[in-house]
Amino acid sequence: MSTLAMHASDGLLNAPTSLLFGAVAVAGLAVATGKARRELDDRTAPLAGLVAAFVFAVQMLNFPVLPGVSGHLLGGALAAILVGPWTGALCVSVVLVVQALLFADGGLTALGANITNMALLGTAAGYVVAVALRRFATRSRPGLLAVAFTAALVNTVVASAGFVLEYAIGGQGAVSLGGFAAALLGVHVLIGIGEGVITALTVGAVASARPDLVHLLRGAPVAREAAS
Amino acid sequence: MSARKRGAWFFAAFAVVALVLAGVVSYFADGDPDGLDHVTTRGCTEVAGQLQGACPAAHAEDHALADSPLADYAVGGDDGLTGLAGVLGVLATLVVSGGLFWLLRTRSRSGRDGSPGP
Repeated sequence: MSTLAMHASDGLLNAPTSLLFGAVAVAGLAVATGKARRELDDRTAPLAGLVAAFVFAVQMLNFPVLPGVSGHLLGGALAAILVGPWTGALCVSVVLVVQALLFADGGLTALGANITNMALLGTAAGYVVAVALRRFATRSRPGLLAVAFTAALVNTVVASAGFVLEYAIGGQGAVSLGGFAAALLGVHVLIGIGEGVITALTVGAVASARPDLVHLLRGAPVAREAAS
Repeated sequence: MSARKRGAWFFAAFAVVALVLAGVVSYFADGDPDGLDHVTTRGCTEVAGQLQGACPAAHAEDHALADSPLADYAVGGDDGLTGLAGVLGVLATLVVSGGLFWLLRTRSRSGRDGSPGP
């Protein structure tokens, strides 16, 4: 097994479960594609392409979380805050498809599960948190960083919970589900802290240069001033 | 600086950052298994490169495209070229997502600065 594999391989989930989450992913992406049209225009489409490329790059940068264990960015909250939740889900999906097809990372039959967890569930959870805390994000720069951090942390943990759910439905191997869930969620809290730091730094940098391009800040005074 | 020029600089800088992260910083990434890999291999021992035991990863199959040229973020199996694989990945992602989002975008009837659009 290569340590450079970053996403779920084929064989961890049985065939019916893989198929089920393949269907969930296709349905989710169909909805996201329709809704993303409203988020994308001549200004935001190039940014969204760059955000996907950036997520691909940062996903390569595994950071240590425990002795012998690393973590990497998933990127759903980062993308959703910058370009909107539907486009953000598509950004992470494109990354996962490129990784599975070009880099043999993330199994082909596991692609539906990987998209469901990282592109759909994680992105949605991160964005819901970001919107719920939006008033802090628009008020001050530290507020924006704190909101980005929190949204990203929740995004990581929820994405890992998605895999626990899939494993509960049709996982292979004879391990106790409780122990598996506790271990996976626990390590993803630590990874989520790293995801939160990276997301806060990135969103902060974009907000410093072009606050008008940050989806979460749309309509806020700081974004309107920059756009005028 | 005009808004258009400012936008171009910002996008160029964003792209350069992504390329440097994938092309250079990737060499400093932690090579240990990630969280999912770690947890799915718990309870197994590696014997002659094969996982043995009851862990989920013992059921993991080799990737169907494991022999493809950029598999495992190497180039033709050469880990020393991870940076090149990363740069190619950033460009591939940019082309696919940029193309997708450009096709999906709502075309503006007029430019944001008030000038008539195409």
